[in-house]
Amino acid sequence: MARVVVDVMPKPEILDPQGQAVAGALVRLGIDGVADVRQGKHFELDVDDALDDETLHRIAGTLLANPVIEDWTVSRVAS
Amino acid sequence: MRIGVITFPGTLDDVDAVRAVRYAGAEPVSLWHADRDLDGVDAVIVPGGFSYGDYLRAGAIASLAPIMTEVVAGARRGLPVLGICNGFQILCEAGLLPGALVRNAGLHFVCRDLTLRVESTATAWTSAATVGQELLVPLKSGEGRYVAGPDTLAQLRDEGRVVFRYASGNLNGAFDDIAGVASADGRVVGLMPHPEHAIDPLTGPSDDGLVVFSSVLGAAVGR
Repeated sequence: MARVVVDVMPKPEILDPQGQAVAGALVRLGIDGVADVRQGKHFELDVDDALDDETLHRIAGTLLANPVIEDWTVSRVAS
Repeated sequence: MRIGVITFPGTLDDVDAVRAVRYAGAEPVSLWHADRDLDGVDAVIVPGGFSYGDYLRAGAIASLAPIMTEVVAGARRGLPVLGICNGFQILCEAGLLPGALVRNAGLHFVCRDLTLRVESTATAWTSAATVGQELLVPLKSGEGRYVAGPDTLAQLRDEGRVVFRYASGNLNGAFDDIAGVASADGRVVGLMPHPEHAIDPLTGPSDDGLVVFSSVLGAAVGR
């Protein structure tokens, strides 16, 4: 088995009100110096070694992310 | 007695909470999330809804709203505070109540009338009830599953701080059937089901929820 990490983030041009709400809350906590926050999703998949990169990107692009509004990265990590 | 009801962006149940306060014979006072004072109220209700769209985690952003600084300070002085549904989540995120509320075990949003059992009357919000009293009230939440670490759960049980348990089935997988808990001094109570929706048989399943709001009438001392 291999451990695969898929990180999904809203595209830079897509407004991220959730990230903005977090940034606003940091100001209320009295923390200065955080210019921007964007919030995404982090997936960890345990997959068969035979699963190729094309399949992993298909998993990411068809289910984990919406290609219209989100970018993703797929990385294999040591489990 | 004046009881404040807070409205955040995304709050839904503030109007019903105001109505419940009025039914109980107290004067409701509307409070706004951006306010920096509590207008001298004798108790505060944090109502249900989806404050700040549940961004980050349910209740997480609302727990840092300006009004919550005053609620936390008030609670430290013994001000009675009630959190219902999203209000319960906010009070947990604000550190006024132990534990957390997570996604329902069955993943489904649950919207149903159910029976709650009062487990403790040693709180500001259940003093007019009796131990073992059953309340027919609605539950409507997607993230209502109460969880806490084993030490916290043991402490809640040992100190009698489990205030409400689900008595007609545990629909969200809450640990130990817990529907509501109290702070150590019994002044702050949070619960997932909605007593404010059950104050008049015309508009709810019963008027059983009214006892929560009438209880606090005798609890104003100690501010």
